[in-house]
Amino acid sequence: MSKQKLVVIGAGMASGRVLEHLTDAAPDAFDITLFNAEPRGNYNRIMLSPVLAGDQTYADIVTHDEAWYAERGIATRFGEKVLEIDREAKVVVGENGHVPYDKLIFGTGSNPFMIPLPGHDLEGVIAYRDLEDTERMMGLTAGQKCVVIGGGLLGLEAAAGMAARGVAVTVVHIMGHLMERQLDEAAGYLLRKSLEDKGITIKLQANSKEIVGENGKVRALMLDDGTELPCDLLVMAVGIRPNVALAQAAGLAVGKGIHVDDQLCTSDEEIFAVGECVEHLGAIFGLVAPLYDQAKVLAQTLLGEEAAFVQKSLSTKLKVTGCDLFSAGDFADGEGREDVVFRDPSRGVYKRLVIEDNKLVGAVMYGDTADGSWFFGLIRDGTDIEEMRETLIFGPAYQGGDTADPLSAVAALPLDAEICGCNGVCKGTIVEAIEGGAGDLGSVRASTKASASCGTCTGLVEQLLQVTLGDAFEMPAAQPVCGCTDHTHEDVRRLIKTMPLKSQEAVWQELGWNTRNGCHVCRPAINFYLLADWPLDYQDDPQSRFINERKHANIQKDGTFSVVPRMWGGITNPRELRAIADAADKYNVPTVKVTGGQRIDLLGVKGEDLPAIWSDLNKAGLVSGHAYSKGLRTVKTCVGTDHCRFGTQDSTGLGIKLEQALWGSWTPHKVKLGVSGCPRNCAEATCKDVGIICVDSGYQVGVAGAAGMDVKETERLIDVATEAEAIDVTVAFVQLYRENAKYLDRPYKWVAKVGLDWVKERIEDLDERARLIEAFELSQSIYRKDPWAEHAAEKAERYQPLADLTLEAAE
Amino acid sequence: MAWVDIGALDDVPVRGARKLKTALGCVAVFRTDDAEVFAASNTCPHKGGPLVEGIVHGQSVTCPLHNWVFDLNTGQAKGEDGQISTYPVRVEAGRILIDGTALSARSAA
Repeated sequence: MSKQKLVVIGAGMASGRVLEHLTDAAPDAFDITLFNAEPRGNYNRIMLSPVLAGDQTYADIVTHDEAWYAERGIATRFGEKVLEIDREAKVVVGENGHVPYDKLIFGTGSNPFMIPLPGHDLEGVIAYRDLEDTERMMGLTAGQKCVVIGGGLLGLEAAAGMAARGVAVTVVHIMGHLMERQLDEAAGYLLRKSLEDKGITIKLQANSKEIVGENGKVRALMLDDGTELPCDLLVMAVGIRPNVALAQAAGLAVGKGIHVDDQLCTSDEEIFAVGECVEHLGAIFGLVAPLYDQAKVLAQTLLGEEAAFVQKSLSTKLKVTGCDLFSAGDFADGEGREDVVFRDPSRGVYKRLVIEDNKLVGAVMYGDTADGSWFFGLIRDGTDIEEMRETLIFGPAYQGGDTADPLSAVAALPLDAEICGCNGVCKGTIVEAIEGGAGDLGSVRASTKASASCGTCTGLVEQLLQVTLGDAFEMPAAQPVCGCTDHTHEDVRRLIKTMPLKSQEAVWQELGWNTRNGCHVCRPAINFYLLADWPLDYQDDPQSRFINERKHANIQKDGTFSVVPRMWGGITNPRELRAIADAADKYNVPTVKVTGGQRIDLLGVKGEDLPAIWSDLNKAGLVSGHAYSKGLRTVKTCVGTDHCRFGTQDSTGLGIKLEQALWGSWTPHKVKLGVSGCPRNCAEATCKDVGIICVDSGYQVGVAGAAGMDVKETERLIDVATEAEAIDVTVAFVQLYRENAKYLDRPYKWVAKVGLDWVKERIEDLDERARLIEAFELSQSIYRKDPWAEHAAEKAERYQPLADLTLEAAE
Repeated sequence: MAWVDIGALDDVPVRGARKLKTALGCVAVFRTDDAEVFAASNTCPHKGGPLVEGIVHGQSVTCPLHNWVFDLNTGQAKGEDGQISTYPVRVEAGRILIDGTALSARSAA
């Protein structure tokens, strides 16, 4: 029997999938010719966003290369437009000649919709659709400006990708919140905040009026309120229109798209259509999952098998790093509908379930989307949730009395639960593949396509590997504290507070540490968490601290130490300076240096001499400057009203008081303060962990600055009128940091994670402020003391050798 | 073997170490979380860090300079190409005894 001639117009994701199915199932059934107007074959269009963000390259996302087409005997005519279809003669007319067909597939896809604003045809106005558009965006350099019209999935992915490249991006969206078709207001708000944290400007309820050009090139977008947003590139991402022109010209039935039946057959029984160009029962399709369903049905139909395309409810995820969101079903308010809402503002987590007649009809999640596919399964199957309603929002791990093991959530999923939304792969298929020998992520992808498209379900697939294979599968690390445990820092902090755990042993035991007593990574962290949360029950353990904190001096590369006495607020006097000079002489200190924090550093002191030099310095009233600790380091000041003609407040006095309040406290990482007496800022306060600028009306308290590996200006926490309030809010901020931050996160990193707004709320709440100050004072009742005096008096012998066998040998 | 008394077990902090001066240079005496004691060279083969100042965990010590981790049973660095000498040491009636022959044997070599 001679082969049938199959012609495909358009090499897109849907038609590409049809060709895969056809050539896999029946390699010899058809003579295939593929037209594509773009001068290339099929690539994974939904991965353009990672390409834009620089996470992947074009080569990574090519799904079919020339070799692939050649192996399958597909004749390719790339870069060649189809001019018309002669249905009578059953011939496709291309620019370079005719091709006869027995069966014809339209995979002509869609065109981006361009709002016909004045100026939409200027140079520099583009859509976000194909590789050329992506390359245009990648051509922008850091500091250039871009406006994106459209706050939907595609627009936001484009915006985030460009922002990651340092481009100043503004998103203009006509609705009241982002992604309004997929998210409710609360999740839209959280998404907006995360995007703003990435430096993207978001303008909501903004109507575009005109695109302003200069010399034929885009210069700015003008809104109808007169605002002008300057830009070097303008991206419209407001939607798609199925591409029906060719089909219409050929006389096929078209509406919004090319009309097809359940078998993807058009009004001509020899002609089919698939993908974004089709209209099925009034609906058109933009997400990849239904396109793949269509492709499968079409391939089966062409091979004479019974198959029918059915529209399913859809779930959505956004491919933007750090914006974890999930939505499925219908979550509009309505009569008879009830909400279950869970919020954890400090972690930026929001979950909302919409229930109607004891069934889950919608789910929106932000920040923690691990249970998304389980909820999606409940929506799709219309499961009766009355029995589990009370714990429903906590996910599958809390149903049926299982423990809160993240794996049990996956284990609890039914076999028909959909894991990969893009490729419509359910749990059963994946488990079957794993049991059939697919032992790692790569082989599961190869055999089932699960997680092979957008990749957001990769974690779920890995968990399935783990559940199915048990110990035989090694899970890629989900960033646990260290190799001693699977728990993250955040988990451990929470469990220390809630269980509660008040000793190292309790942590090792209750949290299942796999080592006897931790390691050099986890033990200092656990030691800090315990002493910060339980100051009276737990004593700081020097053996769980790095050498510098155990010996209260900084180790140098040759094994000697540096000694830095405290000079409150950077103020000293002749008596102290003499004592320091005497000590430097007496202990042969090779280097004396003034530090960046306004202190004097004695470098090159032998370990054995430490207790003696401390004792000498103590006698002159000098105490440890904690230049070695994850704790309060220094408060740098200028001379303020005492001497300076510009000073507005007593900045030196405030610095000394702050230092006296805070010294000796342990914190997750070092803490440095600055107080400047006027906005000229001679104390360089605006790059400190806490920086106070004195002004005529009082004190501007800024936090979360940095001047190390990263350089960052402080952000304003609060303005206060009195010195006492300035001290209060500083102490409260430090305590909030102590209670919540991950060990070794400086305040700026921590604030970036929890958000300045959350910190502000806590500090502005006077009850909470008072609680924080009280908790800090309780801890300081133990730690506000000089460790040098204590070590010199009680532990001096520990600084000497245990024994000296060289002497005995000599004797 | 010639066992030499170098001090009381309680002189070495739990999960800590003390330095022992010998004719060959410094030896670190480590104590784990109970009455278990190890002795090894104090000098990290990487950049000469003083191991006596490291964090002791399980039967290992982490160098304070660049976090090389040594197994105190064998002296082998974990995941690195390096080893420190170890010396026989034991605890008897609350006293720490070290094998003097081992120390002098090394000096003869």
